[in-house]
Amino acid sequence: MSHETLAVILFLAFVAGTLAITVWASRHTKDATDFYAGGRSFSGVQNGLAIGGDYMSAASFLGIAGLIALYGYDGFLYSIGFLVAWLVALLLVAELLRNSGRFTMADVLAFRMSPRPVRTAAGVSTITVSIFYLLAQMVGAGALVALLFGFTSDFAKNATIVLVGALMIIYVTVGGMKGTTWVQIVKAVLLMGGAALVTLLVLGKFGFNLSTLLRDAAEQSGKGDAFLEPGLRYATDASGLTGKLDLISLGLALVLGTAGLPHILIRFYTVPTARDARKSVMWGIGIIGAFYLLTLVLGFGAAALVGSDAIRKANPAGNTAAPQLAEEIGNRVFGDAGGTILLAVIAAVAFATILAVVAGLTLASSSSFAHDLYAHVFKKGQVTEREEVRVARIAALVIGAVAIVLGIYAQRLNVAFLVALAFAVAASGNLPAILYSLFWKRFNTSGAVAAIYGGLGSAVFLVTFSPVVSGQEKALFTDVDFSWFPLENPGIVSIPFGFLCGWLGTVLSKEYNNAKYAEIEVRSLTGAGAEGAVHH
Amino acid sequence: MAVEHQSTSTVYERVQQGAEFQELRRRFRAFAFPATAAFLVWYLLYVVLSGWARDFMGTKVIGFINIALIFGLLQFVSTFLIAWQYSRHAERRLDPLADKLRAEVEGDGGAKAETTVGKES
Repeated sequence: MSHETLAVILFLAFVAGTLAITVWASRHTKDATDFYAGGRSFSGVQNGLAIGGDYMSAASFLGIAGLIALYGYDGFLYSIGFLVAWLVALLLVAELLRNSGRFTMADVLAFRMSPRPVRTAAGVSTITVSIFYLLAQMVGAGALVALLFGFTSDFAKNATIVLVGALMIIYVTVGGMKGTTWVQIVKAVLLMGGAALVTLLVLGKFGFNLSTLLRDAAEQSGKGDAFLEPGLRYATDASGLTGKLDLISLGLALVLGTAGLPHILIRFYTVPTARDARKSVMWGIGIIGAFYLLTLVLGFGAAALVGSDAIRKANPAGNTAAPQLAEEIGNRVFGDAGGTILLAVIAAVAFATILAVVAGLTLASSSSFAHDLYAHVFKKGQVTEREEVRVARIAALVIGAVAIVLGIYAQRLNVAFLVALAFAVAASGNLPAILYSLFWKRFNTSGAVAAIYGGLGSAVFLVTFSPVVSGQEKALFTDVDFSWFPLENPGIVSIPFGFLCGWLGTVLSKEYNNAKYAEIEVRSLTGAGAEGAVHH
Repeated sequence: MAVEHQSTSTVYERVQQGAEFQELRRRFRAFAFPATAAFLVWYLLYVVLSGWARDFMGTKVIGFINIALIFGLLQFVSTFLIAWQYSRHAERRLDPLADKLRAEVEGDGGAKAETTVGKES
């Protein structure tokens, strides 16, 4: 049997299993709390795994392993930002958000401010961030199928995007948060298991000596010791000061973006108490940290055993380094059949990863549409929970369909920058609004609206005029050049700008409600009045 | 806590002004704010050194393991340590006080607007 056939079979088994879970979850999804927050009945460990499942996207699995395989040390820099970011979520956001919100990020903002403008702003930002992220994953799925399953025709790529889109719509509309969370948990276990297996085999090959692995990786890369040092991908010598500032900009967006990503924030609502939210972030940090240590070995292992020429030949961005490594190490350890099986396993796991992440993103954006925009802005709160959930399901269908169409259309475009942009927008708009609203007494409606639109607007504006959109060979548009902003990542400007807008908007408005601040402060720190688990 | 029923203030405002809540907030902020500042500075130092101090970062320590790699791994260690320390701090110093205040607020009927309150308390 070829690895393609086996990979397809394994993947279909994953799909069948997760669909069964989804149908089971739908029987236990009765009201809005079930649909949006999984009945708040997940344990800290379960939600910790789901956090890992939501966060470890194909970009971080295949992308970071590929970055390390091709550029060495600089890929590691990326994963460190992704991990350290969780401390912001743990120390400042997770528990307080769990205590004071219900279903979406906007709940916390709408608590003490004029609900319609802030829900509109938060809804727009949530949907924008989620669609950027979603699009990047969908396009990635189309490209991956060619590499992993050997389907190279446009028809096969488009069919894959439609399949991924259809499955994510089913997970979300049928299973709601309960189904989606279980999909994340299954995926996290499979991904950790697959990555750990390949890592162990690679380390075994080098006698569990990290130094030997690094030596061989540096030798095979053709770049020598430079491969083990920063500077081959970010802030290269040729890029000068601009490159160094870009590196800091990227670092800031990574470390501050996570705690503003809507699909991550809604995970904190799926547990019964703030204490469980804390526990789930602790587990999340452990799992994500362990995973990035595994990708470090996978990346250097791919450089040492597969070689950068073979990796580049398969995919110029290095996205297939991890699957190629799985095949290589399987061949070396178990013979040809072993290579076939390992490659198939890793290919199927990579696909499961994409599916789980797109489901989480679709749920976040459809929840925000139904709960924030439809129920509170259009209907001014005059809507039953039943109808709200019905709208959320329709929204998931529409957002899924839009993502499919955009995914097919964007197939030929380089959309890798969209994930970095999603982090930048989350750090520049959402994070200031959340932090100010939890910690700053004086904060008010105009401040929240200014922070979100200011951060979102400046990030999107600067990226539009940056080298990732036009003017260079890897840009979105290669034949025109309207780039005047030199940095690829807008964070270093847009994050302070978002915080500045929030401050300025606040002090320019006289609105101030002491009673509401007292309420959110007491509730967020004590858990008074917070909704607990739903038992049916 | 002595609860004075004034027509102009809510239960939340009264709790917020109370000494116990002030203490809870102080304990929370006394850990969260300095720890956040510390890990952000520590992380930015790492990013800045990766950009500006290449020779230093490339110094080999053991075999092919250089300072850059050790520095990166230390970021993992510090993240795990801060998370663990915070969790201990919260369990010992925050949770008991938070539970007490929560019971006071909810007993006072301040959270009556929330119909689901009390299912797990």
